[in-house]
Amino acid sequence: MEENTLSSQPAAPGAIRTEEMLVNMGPQHPSTHGVLRLMLRTDGELVLETIPHIGYLHRCAEKIGENVTPVQFVPICDRLDYLAGMNNDHGYSLAVEKLCGLEVPERGHYIRVIMCELNRIASHLVSFGCYGMDIGAFTPFLYAFREREYILDLFEATCGARLTYNYLTIGGASLDLPEGFVDRLAWFLDYFEPKIDEYNNLLSYNYIFVKRTANVGVISVADAIAYGLTGPCLRGSGVKWDLRRCAPYEIYDRFEFDIPVGMPGGSNGIPPEVVVGDSWSRYYVRMLEMKQSVRILRQCLQQMPAGEFRAKVPRTLKLPAGEVYLEVEGVRGQLGFLVVGENKPIPRRVKIRGPSFCNLSIVPHVCRQVLLADVPAIVGSIDVVMGEVDR
Amino acid sequence: MGSILRKVAFPIFLIGVAAIIVIAWVPALLYGTVDSMRDDLGRFYKWEPRGEHATLTLDNIRQYLEGSIAGQSAPAAHIRFGRSTAAACTYVLWLLQFRITRDVLAVVGVVGFVSLFAMFAIWWERKVAARMQSRLGPMRVGGWHGWAQSLADGIKLLQKEDIFIAGADPVLFRMAAYVAFIPALGLFIALPFSAAWIARDLDVGLIFILAMYGVGVLGVLIAGWASNNKWSMFGAMREACQMISYEIPLGFALLVPIMTVGTLRLTTIGDLQSGGFQTWLAFRNPFLLAAALIFFIAALASCKRAPFDLPEAESELVAGFHTEYSGFRWALFFFAEYAEMFAAGALAAILFFGAWYSPLPAAWGESWRHGPLWQQALHGVVFSGPLWLIGKGIFFVYVQMWLRWTLPRVRLDQVMYACVQVMLPLAMLVLLANTFWEWQVRDRSVLGTVANLVCTAVGAAAVLAIIGVGLYGFINRRRLVGTQVVKHLPGA
Repeated sequence: MEENTLSSQPAAPGAIRTEEMLVNMGPQHPSTHGVLRLMLRTDGELVLETIPHIGYLHRCAEKIGENVTPVQFVPICDRLDYLAGMNNDHGYSLAVEKLCGLEVPERGHYIRVIMCELNRIASHLVSFGCYGMDIGAFTPFLYAFREREYILDLFEATCGARLTYNYLTIGGASLDLPEGFVDRLAWFLDYFEPKIDEYNNLLSYNYIFVKRTANVGVISVADAIAYGLTGPCLRGSGVKWDLRRCAPYEIYDRFEFDIPVGMPGGSNGIPPEVVVGDSWSRYYVRMLEMKQSVRILRQCLQQMPAGEFRAKVPRTLKLPAGEVYLEVEGVRGQLGFLVVGENKPIPRRVKIRGPSFCNLSIVPHVCRQVLLADVPAIVGSIDVVMGEVDR
Repeated sequence: MGSILRKVAFPIFLIGVAAIIVIAWVPALLYGTVDSMRDDLGRFYKWEPRGEHATLTLDNIRQYLEGSIAGQSAPAAHIRFGRSTAAACTYVLWLLQFRITRDVLAVVGVVGFVSLFAMFAIWWERKVAARMQSRLGPMRVGGWHGWAQSLADGIKLLQKEDIFIAGADPVLFRMAAYVAFIPALGLFIALPFSAAWIARDLDVGLIFILAMYGVGVLGVLIAGWASNNKWSMFGAMREACQMISYEIPLGFALLVPIMTVGTLRLTTIGDLQSGGFQTWLAFRNPFLLAAALIFFIAALASCKRAPFDLPEAESELVAGFHTEYSGFRWALFFFAEYAEMFAAGALAAILFFGAWYSPLPAAWGESWRHGPLWQQALHGVVFSGPLWLIGKGIFFVYVQMWLRWTLPRVRLDQVMYACVQVMLPLAMLVLLANTFWEWQVRDRSVLGTVANLVCTAVGAAAVLAIIGVGLYGFINRRRLVGTQVVKHLPGA
């Protein structure tokens, strides 16, 4: 336990002497989703200040990137945001392809979108389940994991791995889709779409859940932009910003989908207590995004052509001199990769912008003058993955 | 060895269940025999000295059992035993007339019941949770649906190191688990399992039970303080303010049936509800029904069960007040929790839901009570007896589990708001309204009868709905768990 270095208010003579208490929440704590360490300055149940300490999961990902070829670095990318490995691989591959000027075949594009959106659903399911756990509802967690299991089964059938896929790689995908994948995916989409409404009824509109999360940890638009929030956290504050639509990459301009944003309560079936930018909005944006992902996946299945799934990539791919910075809409926000080449197979510099890192930066700003029980509610709604924060 | 164990384990389990039933029923029967023997001896045989505390001699009992008291005619429904059986029974019955014997038996019974019930409830909670979450829960230990899981866990916990952390208070840290556990056992002393099967029939039984609940909090507080852990401290403080706040609406809700029946003696309150389903206190008038609901919610908060499980809120306080406990000391907290859960359910049953009586009017079975042994046994199962109370208690425990695995956790300020701003005024209003009702509305009047009927209908509909949903779930149990689980079900 830390010494109380921050001095408290001098007590009035004759009054009961109270003292503020510094509490460590993490790095081992059930609700910090990994090894986030939050230092709370508390006055009883009231949290006056929250200071995140990070770095417990630092694995030198960027340094490794400067020592291995891009194809070798893809498995490391899986481990950044370990809940959405496909999206990380995708972002890095796109950056390298842009640097080398590689063209991905048509089917490769579709495979990539399918995998990214499936992984977005899988990751949002974990987020939804864990958020329920943070609020104290254990049951939705297992439902979420049950549905995620179907997606992981699909991934396993495709590439043999369930968490760290190493599947989307430079030039497309490393394997073609397995036999029967399209049918299984179509079955899953039909099965899964109504389940989202079921889970909304189970958890999202639950009275206690709404009371716990609505109007808690409100982030204004100005704050969200100033702190560099992206992804569901930004959209939860009501900003309609999604790179898939606003700066289309890959083939996202071919699909019809909406960008869900946080909306004020009272209409559209949203509970009246809800304020734009609160924890509930951020959580609910994820629920709606799963529906949009299902929409995109349906269109993918309709449009997907046959043919090659990977471009002809030379065995030793030389990265030309120059630098490329490319951002994709990852699951938790804008995932950026800076790749600097110097006419060698190994890049000179790889820099990763992890959305969780930027999203986490707002925690000290929001977790002020809140109750202790609000801290997991806010941190959970921001949904950080420590692998991506520390990289 | 393992295979033999697996084969005999389930029969042992069944025998254990049967044994619990017998343990719950036989002592009451034997006490009744002794008491009626005392009556009979006094009435028919001019037995001196009379009085409640008179001691029967061995000769009295043997002669009575053989039906051979010289010069006297035995009563009609007299049980007669052969010479050797009578000799064997004599010593047992002679012992049973003493208070100390009955107390020892009561202590053994209470400790045994609480331990068995806690083990059953922990296993059952895991199964209930699993079913709700489309899982299977424990399936391995013991063979049939992992029934021996709690036993295995208990043995494991016994073997674990009793970790004592360096900064903890040496005395208080060790004491806390007992301070939490003993009151939870103690409240069973005054808790009637049936009119006869009660350790001490106190005339302030209800207050004694509430006091024991109150003392139990002390254990949690001590645990939180002595652990020298900030999270434990948070948990203890939460428990303290939650428990103290909710005791007030709890008390008000309890005053409602107490004012209606005019006694604090739980056996009397129970006996007033012997006339079948519609005479259960909760269905007497709408305010008693409301009081039953308030009592249940307040009891939920007092037992720190979800959605009021703030003192051990996992996602906020790691494990709350028992963060630093391990091994059997840790298990004691859970034994206490499950014992209190059952006591809360049993109390709800005694005060509002017909105590140890079945929904059938007990008067229908009056003739069975004095008939041969098998009729007495049947009376215990069909009309009244400890099994009914245990069943009702288990039902309310199930409701608590059901809520726990369905609802998220409320925040501390919301718990306090719900107590002070909602429950307390509501409980006061209900008390006031009930007072007025009992003062103005006569029992057989039109208003009273209509209110009784409407409340009974509501209660019956609720019971039928629960049975219906349960049956639906049971019939479709293989479909409802989801396709993923079905693949792994036994026999799939």
